[in-house]
Amino acid sequence: MNAVDVREAITQVHHDEWARVVASLARRFGDLDIAEDATAEAFATAVGRWPADGVPPNPGAWLTTTAKRIAIDRLRREYKRDDKQKEAQLLYDDDPPEPLGPIEDVRLRLIFTCCHPALAMETRVALTLRMVGGLTVPEIARAFLVQETAMERRITRAKAKIKAARIPYRVPSAEDLPARVSAVLAVLFLVFNEGYLATGPGTDPVRHDLTAEAIRLTRLIRLLLPEDGEVAGLLALMLLIEARRTARVSAGGELVSLDEQDRGAWDAALIAEGHRLVRERLAIELNPGRYQILAAINAVHTSARDVRDTDWSQVVALYDQLVRLDPSPIIALNRAIAVAELDGPEVALAIVDDLEDSLAAYHAYHATRADLLRRLSRSQQSRDAYDKAIELAGNTAETAYLTRRRDQLR
Amino acid sequence: MKYLVSVIDDTAGAATPTEMAAIDAFNDRLESQGYWVFAGGLAAPGTATVIDNRGAEALFTDGPFVESKEYLAGFWIIEAADLDVALKLAAEGSRACNRKVEVRPFQ
Repeated sequence: MNAVDVREAITQVHHDEWARVVASLARRFGDLDIAEDATAEAFATAVGRWPADGVPPNPGAWLTTTAKRIAIDRLRREYKRDDKQKEAQLLYDDDPPEPLGPIEDVRLRLIFTCCHPALAMETRVALTLRMVGGLTVPEIARAFLVQETAMERRITRAKAKIKAARIPYRVPSAEDLPARVSAVLAVLFLVFNEGYLATGPGTDPVRHDLTAEAIRLTRLIRLLLPEDGEVAGLLALMLLIEARRTARVSAGGELVSLDEQDRGAWDAALIAEGHRLVRERLAIELNPGRYQILAAINAVHTSARDVRDTDWSQVVALYDQLVRLDPSPIIALNRAIAVAELDGPEVALAIVDDLEDSLAAYHAYHATRADLLRRLSRSQQSRDAYDKAIELAGNTAETAYLTRRRDQLR
Repeated sequence: MKYLVSVIDDTAGAATPTEMAAIDAFNDRLESQGYWVFAGGLAAPGTATVIDNRGAEALFTDGPFVESKEYLAGFWIIEAADLDVALKLAAEGSRACNRKVEVRPFQ
């Protein structure tokens, strides 16, 4: 194996095994900090040794054993010399044999700990990316445009709180599971959205690293909770959005709206997988949750070979279902966009105008109004709405798109 | 593992009879199920005296050490296996006394 092959193998093993190693150490030592440090050091050891020794036949087991040894060495140094009893406890590995059921996977416990409701949302995101995703602190800091030291502090504080307040390291009880799973999904969707509509003037409009990471982690949750409809729904939703990624931004860095996208550039494999998941859920789900409905909406869009073939009545019906579940103004705004296609821009504008109180600070509200006013030939009002949308939009591709649309007004 | 559950109040009034009854019922549950360590309601912040005996002699100051809109009105100390258990109990406590509560672990 040459050096490049070994490096690629290590990257792959890092993807496949990081979470499992952290999780099994967290269970063994009951300490996330030690688990994280020892895992990182074990990977560093692999980088040093594997080029000469070769990649071991079972890299995951090699890393876990190495990390455990590193953790024990560290704990030994921390314990007082005379504390023989503690040291004896340390050497006695009381790990029960790996259980078979996917629900008992150690990684699932790790995910629930990282997404615990007693932690702030931004902390959950950072901790999940670090502990489960294996991203480095500088990578996470860059992803969220935060100083490295601030991100380091946030993660350190979270680990200290988990330990001191004894946030449990386990899969929640059946009674608590739905709420806790939806907290995990919210974290993953936030990571995905930050990748899909990256904010900040200096960033790429689409951060593929973040969307890919969110999809990878959602696939993992899906593997661990195969029966959960919302997990399947979120994965389908992400796949159907990701499928359109390359068509969404033009070569000139401008956002391309759904009706103007080159549908031939969509990723057929991702769409097929997303559709399969949506169909699978439709067959068994009586009361789909929001991610399943959003996935179904995206399935309708991606089923149309031409935008004119879009089944808008189906889209509106799905939004009606979603509004009953989540009567938030943002859902109502998205519904209005579909209504415009079905019943015309005038009907849609009336709905949108009613949302002003709650959405006046949201760029998409003004962008939607601008578009509807443009279609109604109310140019001056449309121009004003575009101005507001441009002022509020944080995504460079979106700003470019809105500016062009405004400047095309007559 | 012991947790302090602080009752945060921003109203002037003491607990109403309905609230007192709910608190009593909650306390009974804490005791019968082994979570109870200690609990108590506090008199108004204005009744506090601050003492500083770090210098040559003890200094007494009338009033609470911080004046704020929200103040500590009472507390529970509970014994719970982990934060999930403590949070569930604290949520019940908040409902019972009809006030916000804060959960903080002992060292």
